[in-house]
Amino acid sequence: MGQENLIEAVREKLGEAVERVADSFGDTVVILRPGAVRAAMAALREPPFDYAVLLDLTCVDFAAAEGRFELVYHLYSLSRNVRLRLKASLPAAAPVVETLVGLWKNAEWLEREVYDMFGVDFRGHPYLRRLLTYEGFEGHALRKSYPWRLAQPRIPLKDDV
Amino acid sequence: MSGFDFLTTRLETALGWGRKFSLFHYPFITACCGMEYMSTACAHFDIDRFGAGLTRFSPRQADLLLVVGTITHKLAPVLRTVYDQMLEPKWVIAFGACTVSGGIYQNYAVLQGIDRVVPVDIYIPGCPPRPEMVLDGLLKLQDKIQHQKQDWRWARKT
Repeated sequence: MGQENLIEAVREKLGEAVERVADSFGDTVVILRPGAVRAAMAALREPPFDYAVLLDLTCVDFAAAEGRFELVYHLYSLSRNVRLRLKASLPAAAPVVETLVGLWKNAEWLEREVYDMFGVDFRGHPYLRRLLTYEGFEGHALRKSYPWRLAQPRIPLKDDV
Repeated sequence: MSGFDFLTTRLETALGWGRKFSLFHYPFITACCGMEYMSTACAHFDIDRFGAGLTRFSPRQADLLLVVGTITHKLAPVLRTVYDQMLEPKWVIAFGACTVSGGIYQNYAVLQGIDRVVPVDIYIPGCPPRPEMVLDGLLKLQDKIQHQKQDWRWARKT
């Protein structure tokens, strides 16, 4: 499956789920509608695409944009040795998306990290709890609206400045 | 036998001498400075030349806490606990820029200097410090130990 054929096949398979297809320095980027992320991923996991590995799942906060939280998914196909990048933009007011835990097991921790850092709500996640920061941490540290130096110590500090 | 049949000294001096040359250190290592610690501790630079070669992996057995590498707010209570578990007399060396001041990190996660959690005797800056700097810091600590007021079991507490 060549690059052009891949894009055509993805468009055909996913249909309405694809918002548009972009090119980033030679890499194909498929932008999905947020409501269709789970269905699209489920389709891509099966042959002929066969993206068996969820390489990475992260998020970008575009504070001023309408679709503020941009989820970035990286898939990898072992059988075809190709990668695919997918994105979906979530609104600032309600950053909600369906979980991928049923498809790839490693999505559990990746989604917990994104929840911890950006406050994205992954619906259907079995254990959506903070991963990197600690219990009692308030807010989400990588949001642009988080004060950049605001620390939340767990024990009293000497000479607090 | 001639010329060295007896020796006079002060108890404080003898205690300081004994303590400064028998530092058992506990390495609290979290980050890349650990490489410099390994280099310092192993044969090339050899921290054992200064009597601090015996690494203890229990704070109960150590009297020098070497804090090596970035300490986050998440880890700060752990560092405090380790310090509290050490027996007196005890000393702390802040090894590297991160432990001295937070180093290049100034954000929600990183503690801006371990002296806000535990008392520090010697600060060794550098990112990471060369083993020579570490040994220099160790010598300065030994100097400090020799000249500080020694605490011992029957010492008169004021």
